[in-house]
Amino acid sequence: MSKIVKITKEAAEFLNKIEELSGEKITSCIQCGICSSSCPMVNEMDLMPSQIMSMTILGQKEEILESKSIWICASCFNCKVRCPRELDLAKVAEALRQVVLRTATDKININDIPEDEIMELPQIAIVAACRRLTN
Amino acid sequence: MTMKLPYYPGCTLKTKAKNFESSALEVAKSLDIELIELPRWNCCGVVSSIVSDNLIEHLAPIRNLIRVQEMNEHGLVENENRLVALCSMCFNVLKRSNLRVKENPDDMQTINDFMYKEEDYEGKVEVIHLLEILRDMGFDKVKEKVKKDISSLTIAPYYGCMLLRPKSIAIDNTEDPKIEKDLMMALGARTVENPFRKMCCGGHQTVQDKYAVARNTHTIINGARKAGADMMITSCPLCAFNLDNRQKLVKEAHPEFEHMPVLYFTQVMALAFGIDEKYMGFEDNYIDPRPLLREKGLLKAVSHKE
Repeated sequence: MSKIVKITKEAAEFLNKIEELSGEKITSCIQCGICSSSCPMVNEMDLMPSQIMSMTILGQKEEILESKSIWICASCFNCKVRCPRELDLAKVAEALRQVVLRTATDKININDIPEDEIMELPQIAIVAACRRLTN
Repeated sequence: MTMKLPYYPGCTLKTKAKNFESSALEVAKSLDIELIELPRWNCCGVVSSIVSDNLIEHLAPIRNLIRVQEMNEHGLVENENRLVALCSMCFNVLKRSNLRVKENPDDMQTINDFMYKEEDYEGKVEVIHLLEILRDMGFDKVKEKVKKDISSLTIAPYYGCMLLRPKSIAIDNTEDPKIEKDLMMALGARTVENPFRKMCCGGHQTVQDKYAVARNTHTIINGARKAGADMMITSCPLCAFNLDNRQKLVKEAHPEFEHMPVLYFTQVMALAFGIDEKYMGFEDNYIDPRPLLREKGLLKAVSHKE
């Protein structure tokens, strides 16, 4: 079943914004899918990395920004080293997170984590989570 | 002659991964390397800033590189521009920021101007991992220091992400790394190849969704087990936590799951070098490796701090 997506001015602006923030030429994606097949977190995601790329090109802002996937990417760069177009999808995911985080929104509240769990975690886990998931 | 090298510990080696630092410093000493802690070091930021308009997150890593210049000026090291990191995440972040300013003189200028109270960073520091130092000096030199036969151990090296990706910072082949395997073989251990040796453990997701990380841990440990390993090694305190501590959650979900010790590579080196057990800090490993090591006759019956 095909779906018709109208590319509005807003959609084009969204693509431009993400290309600017990530520094990646997202429209050069050829949808080969190697990012999705290389992603160690893909089973946890609602949208696969290659879907995020195509949906960003089409400017499907709401669907992407409301997805679980952008928050699950741990920036392991496995997709980046394998992309035949040398696209850095970790940068794209970070740009998408930043669009949300820069509206003064936090994805996690570190105070919600029980104290015994916080005490157990290594410092680098807490600092990394705060940097990637809070504004 | 002793090789004196500036050394960046980072926060976790002073807290949750003390066993990594204590074993590394002793191992280095055995090899005539003195790792001299960077005076007034600060947090590297843990993850690299990867959006185009955020230069400020590169400030903290660059400030640490200025400290290396100062060490040379103050005579703490002599004409030594290498900065050694042990934690894979610190290594990755410091090296990426260093590359960013070396390749972009305007960014270097902006950062230097912003930190006007510091001396300018000149862009000459080279961020290097201890594994690279060992490879560069030659694993045969490592072999010469071996005092204990550890050939009864079968080890699965685990690289994770931060030593290998992106390619610009990689210490070895991104898809087929061998550096940890070569080191373990020089120590006399048997090694096996875990197909999941480069798979991300989930990193900081352990804060947001520990169960997702536990699922990755399950895959990675099972890979090592099926390859025939008794234990895994790593150089990243975050991987170590996820692969070691999160086994608790794997066991809860899969009662048939068998625990596997996960060690820092320097702990295995210390063992093979016959270094005093107190420096290995096995009491800080979540899955205690001592029962296995005793079973193999590599540790005394009663150990330190037990």
